[in-house]
Amino acid sequence: MRNKGTTRWVLPTLLLAALIGAWQIAVSTGAIAETLDLEPFLVPSPAEIASSLWSSRSLLAENAWVTLREILLGLACALIAGLGFAALMYRWVTIRLATYPLIVASQTIPVFVLAPILVVWFGYGIGPKLAIVALICFFPITVSALGGLGSADPAAIKLMRSLDASRWQIFRRVEVPAALPSIFTGVKIAVVFAPIGALFGEWAGSSAGLGHLILQDSAQLEVAREFATVVVLAAIALVLMGLVVLAERRVVTWR
Amino acid sequence: MSVSIRGLGHSYAELQTIERLDLEVEAGQVIGLVGPSGCGKSTLLELVCGLLEPSEGAISVGGAGAATERLARCAYMPQRDLLLPWYSAIDNASLALRNRGLGKLEARERAAELFEHFGLAGFEQAPPAELSGGMRQRVAFLRTLVSGKPVLALDEPFASLDAITRAEMQEWLAGALRDEPRTVILVTHDVEEALYLSDRTVILAARPTRAVAELRSPAPRAADRDAAVTDAAFVAVREEAMHTLRQAMSVAPLGRNA
Repeated sequence: MRNKGTTRWVLPTLLLAALIGAWQIAVSTGAIAETLDLEPFLVPSPAEIASSLWSSRSLLAENAWVTLREILLGLACALIAGLGFAALMYRWVTIRLATYPLIVASQTIPVFVLAPILVVWFGYGIGPKLAIVALICFFPITVSALGGLGSADPAAIKLMRSLDASRWQIFRRVEVPAALPSIFTGVKIAVVFAPIGALFGEWAGSSAGLGHLILQDSAQLEVAREFATVVVLAAIALVLMGLVVLAERRVVTWR
Repeated sequence: MSVSIRGLGHSYAELQTIERLDLEVEAGQVIGLVGPSGCGKSTLLELVCGLLEPSEGAISVGGAGAATERLARCAYMPQRDLLLPWYSAIDNASLALRNRGLGKLEARERAAELFEHFGLAGFEQAPPAELSGGMRQRVAFLRTLVSGKPVLALDEPFASLDAITRAEMQEWLAGALRDEPRTVILVTHDVEEALYLSDRTVILAARPTRAVAELRSPAPRAADRDAAVTDAAFVAVREEAMHTLRQAMSVAPLGRNA
């Protein structure tokens, strides 16, 4: 088992190291800049990105905190709204029939179209970013929760009825636990998309945050720091994902 | 508590699954229902327990006919153990008490007494996945008993077990019922199991389900199972039951009824 666990980490790490190494070589020999006919400073090497990451650490941390707050609060809104709505749709078929097609259809509206509108409505503050993160995360959470609730074994529900369970007790003791693995899958998807939502929100209008930093650096051709910012954003997504996986292991102990 | 079934009929859409079934179970009696697979035995139990409403006829449990009353008086043990994997063995066993509003600790305390009695001591906190098939089945049975209902409706309680565990569990159930008699409706497709555990065994024919014969067991729930089932009188009744069952299967009309 231990061997297998190690292999799971070793392989992707090796691949990543190899890719970074190849990138480093391609940049330091000038191969990329030449091929693309660019000034060398526009094509930063991994080493330059790392040094930018270090030298701009306080600036990155400051802006990362802004973005992280948008992500976490947006996720929290999506969780509350998504789980609540899934429960309503599960309990009342009429609500499901009326809203489900609309919820699916709403997913065809690209968020980067909505983002500027939300900024016009809610201003430059945290509001529109929260709304966008929540909008993006709402869908996977709602759909997975609804599917999960429906996955409860009908025989177990029948059994609970014969054990004098009320509708609410069946929901709490059978349907919700049965839905948990599926809900966690939805949350994992949401956590990966949440930083993208925050970024779109910041691009539409903001005064701080990693997205804001990327816009500024892009205008000033600070390409190395742009990459550094992307690394930070990816790290945020990875850490959040790790936390969700840990939470899942603690909660869903029966799988 | 007695169970009385009169002129029972049930159909799913066009398919008549049960037709004109009469059955009387006296209080404290164990009745075995044997029939070919898919003959509506499980449906019959769900009807008795108030999980389904009959299309025709009447079922009364202890004189009460309403589904809610039947639900309150019958404990249903489904074919699969259906232990909830997110609860420990003891929390599964005490589900009925929890559903009735008892606190977690009090419910556990009351179920714990039975754990010892059923040879499950030490496994109270174990998740169902860590229990053997026989133990899971015992926890499921415990869950049925803890509900404290006077009538037990057991649907092939040991069907999923291997032959040896099954014989052990039959002996164990016989002991449990000797100690604490209950009105039991036992559905099974195993003639020997029915004859060993029940006072009376009813042979059912399939689709629509109806009673074709009734047999009395020579020594129901004898302490020594192996001796009981090899006894000449038992073997004779078993052969008779097998014969009737085979006949019932061969003359069974094919499903559909106008």
